[in-house]
Amino acid sequence: MSKSFDRRKFLKVSGMSLGVGALISVAPAMAGGGPSATLRRWFRRQNGEELTPFSLVQLSDAHVGFSGPPNPTGTKAFERAIDVINGLEQQPDLILFTGDLTHEAEAPGEHAKRMQLFQTLTSRLKTKKVMYVPGEHDAGLDNGALYRQFFGETHYTFDHRGVHFIALDNVSAGKPKVGAEQIEWLKRDLARYPRTAPIIVFTHRPLFDLRPDWEWSTRDGDEVLNVLAPYENVTILYGHIHRHDVHETEHAMHYASRSLIFAFPDPTTVGDKKPVPFDKEKPFKNLGLQLLAESKGHLGVDDVELSLREFAGTDGVQQILKSGESL
Amino acid sequence: MKQILFTLLATLIVSMSPETQPRVVTISAKRFEFTPNQITLKRGEPVTIRVAAEDRDHGFYQKDLKLELDLSPDKVAEATITPDKTGRFVVICDHFCGSGHGNMKMVINVE
Repeated sequence: MSKSFDRRKFLKVSGMSLGVGALISVAPAMAGGGPSATLRRWFRRQNGEELTPFSLVQLSDAHVGFSGPPNPTGTKAFERAIDVINGLEQQPDLILFTGDLTHEAEAPGEHAKRMQLFQTLTSRLKTKKVMYVPGEHDAGLDNGALYRQFFGETHYTFDHRGVHFIALDNVSAGKPKVGAEQIEWLKRDLARYPRTAPIIVFTHRPLFDLRPDWEWSTRDGDEVLNVLAPYENVTILYGHIHRHDVHETEHAMHYASRSLIFAFPDPTTVGDKKPVPFDKEKPFKNLGLQLLAESKGHLGVDDVELSLREFAGTDGVQQILKSGESL
Repeated sequence: MKQILFTLLATLIVSMSPETQPRVVTISAKRFEFTPNQITLKRGEPVTIRVAAEDRDHGFYQKDLKLELDLSPDKVAEATITPDKTGRFVVICDHFCGSGHGNMKMVINVE
């Protein structure tokens, strides 16, 4: 899509957006001295990048290769999300993908084809800095072997604009856990950073018990949160639950992104975990992404529901079907 | 001394008697089902749950009943519990096992 547009005019932003979380609590004094100036100097010394405003997009759960009643349109929502991001007036610095990039497949070679298709679609993004973590549908059956061939390591860290990013893998063990080895690695990594460092963790499953009988938890999530507890500015982004959610634990804010394939219902209102039925009139209903922007020490988080309305003034699946195609 | 030995022997015999052995419930696991898919236990009665995986690795997880077993085809896993509350408890496979994994569950009713 060549047309650029302002996201606030054209995207449906849930509840006028902005659950605002403090990413960098020392930042109100950023222009002055004190701890924030020390932090800025520290980051500049460590990696040459000063703490400066930036924006990023979180995408999750595209399940490329999935086909079924909850969403018979395949990759259409994922492709629409790519168009939406490419159409943003200000392109994000960074895109984080929090797992389930693909849907697993039984036939030999089929899962690799799905990963290839995912990469082909992702290559359309104007923003080229795209970082990934796996979901259990990517890495749960082979302990991440195929995923690593396409996307590299399942856990790693990097710094960007003065923020420390941590990719955590809580799926490739097969079970919902991070594991002792990765937790030790996390301790060693964090030991290099001051307690005030702004940290964004991105992972697939929630690190807290959101709904354990739906597998919406990480068995050793408490251990991970304990390791992060001494750090004052921690934000955790995750997927897996196919719905937007905001949760606060003692030391961190947790934000879940919508999926790009189908939604799950509110776990507090229903007993069984069943996808929300597909709605032909609104094929992207409940699907979407998260836009995040860091400015002056605060992280704005916009929950965005995808829609067709901004393109044609109306929703309806016929707009994304080829001529003669039906569902 | 004889008295002490006698008491120890009696204790050992009682602890090995059939009356004190927990009831054993055997369950099999394969993609994407547990068999049986429903069992009923009694509150306060110890029970040993023995689970065999038939095809590949699976999990057997119920948080409230403190059941967490790693299943693999080369060994039978078991846990002994004494349910302390009544209710309907859903057990899930928590080791990802494929496209039907999300539906691999069973129910433990405690009366």
